[in-house]
Amino acid sequence: MKARVYVSFKDSVLDPQGKAVKNALLSIGYEKVKDVRQGKFFQIEMDDMSEAEAKRQITEMAEKILSNPVIEKFEVIL
Amino acid sequence: MKCGVVVFPGSNCDRDTVYAVESAGGEAFYLWHKETNLRGADCIILPGGFAYGDYLRTGAIARFSPIMKSVIDFADKGGLVFGICNGFQVLLESGLLPGAMMINKTLKFLGQDIFIRVEETDTPYTHDYYQGSVLRIPVAHFEGNYYADGDTLNLLEKEERVIFRYCERDGKISEKGNLNGSLNNIAGICSENRRVLGMMPHPERASAPILGKSDGFAMWKSLLKYFGEVA
Repeated sequence: MKARVYVSFKDSVLDPQGKAVKNALLSIGYEKVKDVRQGKFFQIEMDDMSEAEAKRQITEMAEKILSNPVIEKFEVIL
Repeated sequence: MKCGVVVFPGSNCDRDTVYAVESAGGEAFYLWHKETNLRGADCIILPGGFAYGDYLRTGAIARFSPIMKSVIDFADKGGLVFGICNGFQVLLESGLLPGAMMINKTLKFLGQDIFIRVEETDTPYTHDYYQGSVLRIPVAHFEGNYYADGDTLNLLEKEERVIFRYCERDGKISEKGNLNGSLNNIAGICSENRRVLGMMPHPERASAPILGKSDGFAMWKSLLKYFGEVA
């Protein structure tokens, strides 16, 4: 079973890298870009197990180590 | 006074730190990250470097190493724990200090001397300084842009737990003196019981007059005096 975890900064946290990427996009002519937030993506492969149990374990991983709850939020997609 | 200096894979200021403690007259020894016995250390120092390659986030993986469980227990019982640079990042990740580090506002690695002001002297690490002293001290980091939510910042300020702030040469607290963009110019904070300290600048790299920098030396002297080993 494969799961995807997206980790990104909370909306209240400034993202200097995202801002730099946005400025780069604007400077090469993508004038319609309103905002860019940069984050992390994890693809996690698990042994066979129920979807509910996989979701529980991966959510726990995301809370414990994959994200830093002080500045980041995450989304788990199975 | 015995300092246990933790060595993670990727630590690179461990020797400088042991040298600095010894040069002030203290005892220091290394603690490998796989150990769990703190061997009677009076103070645990988490040194600078790139523990576990800083993979995932700075300090994120180091925080789960075997030694850190003992270090957290030690701190919970009132033990002295001092994190420098990467060590500060490990303290934040492990929850011994509040907040988190973001990438510097310049998006560049900062490796240079900067100025910090000593805000509080009522800690075991800073009581040998005068309040308001300006120190010239090196920084070497990419993620030193301190962040905490508004409530946490207010609490830190109210409890006078901001120990060092980035400043200009004359001690002025300004954006100009705040190269990495830290909130409230924070360069170092302590725990509620004032016994856990984290700071981004490197006092161990400013502890030898022969190298032209010694503004960090009083930190080791403070620790020794705290344990009654120097008058």
